[in-house]
Order: sequence, then C-alpha cells, then structure tokens
Amino acid sequence: MMNTTQITFAQYVADPLSGTNSSIRATIDGQELFVPLDPANRHYAEIMRQVETGELTIQEAE
Amino acid sequence: MTSKAFQLARLGNAYSDGALSNRNKIINGSMVIDQRNGGASVTLNSGTTYTLDRWFYFANGVNKFTYQQNAGSVALPTGFTKYMGFTVAAAVTIGASDYYITAQRIEGFNVADLGWGTAYAKSITISFWVRSSLTGTFGASVQNGASNRSYPFTYTISAANTWEQKTVTIAGDTSGTWATDNTGSLTLWYGLGVGSTLSGTAGSWSGSDYRSTTGATSVVGTSGATFYLTGVQLEVGDTATPFEHPRSYGDELARCKRYYHKMANPMFRGVELSSWSARRMGINFFPVMRAAPTVTLDGTLRVYNGTASGTVTSSNLSTTWSTVSSFDFDSNIGALSGTATGNACVAYTSTSGVVECYAVMDAEL
Repeated sequence: MMNTTQITFAQYVADPLSGTNSSIRATIDGQELFVPLDPANRHYAEIMRQVETGELTIQEAE
Repeated sequence: MTSKAFQLARLGNAYSDGALSNRNKIINGSMVIDQRNGGASVTLNSGTTYTLDRWFYFANGVNKFTYQQNAGSVALPTGFTKYMGFTVAAAVTIGASDYYITAQRIEGFNVADLGWGTAYAKSITISFWVRSSLTGTFGASVQNGASNRSYPFTYTISAANTWEQKTVTIAGDTSGTWATDNTGSLTLWYGLGVGSTLSGTAGSWSGSDYRSTTGATSVVGTSGATFYLTGVQLEVGDTATPFEHPRSYGDELARCKRYYHKMANPMFRGVELSSWSARRMGINFFPVMRAAPTVTLDGTLRVYNGTASGTVTSSNLSTTWSTVSSFDFDSNIGALSGTATGNACVAYTSTSGVVECYAVMDAEL
C-alpha cells in the first residue's frame, strides 16, 4: 500500500524496572508519539515497514 | 416514492441475507461522531488524516482541502443531522500519480461473514447520500487491505448542490486475501481527484491498486468546489435497505472508541518513584480497543501526592506502555513536596466541568 507517512526519528524506550523495551519514541508527521510494540498498531507497522525498506533505523534505548 | 409492500420485500431480502439489525458494516455512516475536531474546520495536510470518526482523508498534496462536519450548514436529507463536508481550498490539476480521497477502512472481524476470497463470497450493496457543487460521473472503489484487489465503481451526480441518494451492488470477490481478524480488510474509497495510476475501469474486479475510476470528476480541480457525504451504508446482499441509524448516539460513540478514544480529564492513579524523580501512573479504558493504541496527552494533567500538586504534559512522558485495555506512563516532572517512594499519586480535576487534559488513544486501521 502506498503511504506518505513521514517518520524522522525513532528510538526504543526501555522499562526502568525490567530493562526491556516497552515502546518506541518516534516523530511521525511532526508529532512526537510513543508507539507500542504491537504489529496491529498502524504506527508500529509503518515504522517496521520503513525499517524493512531501509528508510528508517530505530535507535537503541538509552 | 416506494410502496410499503416494496420496502417490506427489501427487508425480507435483508433477512434472507442474514441480518435485520446491525446490517451496516460502516461505523459512523451518519457522520454524527467527531471526537477529534468537535465540528471545527480543519485544513488538510498530505498523507493520512483522520477526520470524522472512522473516516480518513488520504492525499499527496498539502492544503488543497478543508474539511468540517456540516461545512456550509446546508439542509440535510430527512432523518439526518450531520454530514462530512469537503471544500477545495486550492485547486490543482491532477497528474497521473496524484490522489485526493476520503475513505473508511473496515476491520476484518466485521466483514468476515462476507466470505470474500472464497467461492462463497456474498454480494454487498453500498448506499449513500451525496451532494456536490459539481455534476458528472464520480469515482469510488472497494479494496482489500493489501491493496491488490480492487473494484472501482462510478456514480452520477445529476444536479449541483442537491442531495442525491446513490446505490451500487457489487458481486463478492472470490479471489485475493481479505483479512478476517483485527487488521484492515475492506476499504471503501471516494475519489475527490485521483490520477490515472490509481484509477481503473469501473464495474469489475482487478488485481491492481485502484481507488477511483478512469475519467472520474476531479473535485480538487475546481477552487471552492464542495463534496458532502452522509448516510453511508454497506450491507450484505443485493438490496439497499433503509439507512440503519445508530441505536443511540452513545452506542455509535462506543463503536468508534474501539479505534480512537479521546478521554477527558483521565483519572490516572499511580505511585511515586522518588529515586527516578518520576511517577508511574496508569488507567484502564473501555471499550477494549482494536490494538494497543498510540497514546498522547493533549493538555495539562494535574497530579497530586497528598502534599503537593504538579503538572504533566506529553513532553514529560519518559516511558509508556499500552495494551488493548490499559495505558501506563512514567513521567519525569521531578520531586514534589512530600515526594517519597511508594506514595500514592493521583490525577485530578481542578474545576468541575473544565477539561484541561485529554488522553488521546489511537488504534485506527
């Protein structure tokens, strides 16, 4: 499907308690959003699509 | 005017097709729910923009349309109070790859009974009221989630600035993959100006990505042109039955909240974590959403730890978690007076009736 979603930043965010990634902090169409790691979430699906096509890299959690 | 006997015969057909109630697969087909904009006018950007609940606009050009619930405040067909209104803000001559479209994408669970993609695919009938300042042949399409099965169709607007009801029946698709789960399945597109790349021949199934029909009227080609839509119904069978109005406003709103939920003054409850100068707070929401939502805070959330109060905005969120029925966050607003690890922390409303913050949960398709 064609898509024009602009994602200019993406970084995993880790849970301070478990140390595992809980979400992705991303700038999507100019808005900063926390995106859950759910393949059925449209923002997550688009992030992973752009990662797969090489348009986007998700930075590791700090 | 149709006779009572004819209307009863139509309902009989609907019964044979499987339903006398909950026939309409379209949510918010009467355009009454507008959680995002509350009736305000919006100038539309490029990409995907959700407008009225469950409806989105998809375009490659910036600032070509404004959208507003009941734009222009025209009289409606009997029984309707709201419509989705588009007005061309800046005309553009459509190139081959351009597209301006409004659509609703239906969740697979809600169209699984159609049996599309199998030998037992059922026909559907789409009916809607449309009004435009332009006349001519307009384009639309039905498409699957992967955009590789499309059925473009046309409808004709005969009189300018006049509501007209249109009906089209489409034979079910026996090919392709049509989702039957919580992902996007059937999309109903209305072209507002679509180039040749995304336009196909009307009246047959295709393995291409078509969202309108070849030669259709381009609404975006005329500055100030209007396109209004309401009473959209998509039902099983070869007969258009009377529009199935929501049982109640609350019922329709609850259906919409499966996909988008704008919760006023969310009552988060949580605990202080002084070692991180943070608070972990969460809420449950109802109804359960289609997928784990993307969540933002719109406004300022007031929090209180029994000694002092503070405020949290979206920029203070340091970590979030969401599921189909819950949302938690850590905020980094620092210590308040009385802060201690393990203290309770609550969100509160400072003035009755005043909304200072929305939790905005987006699980759209």
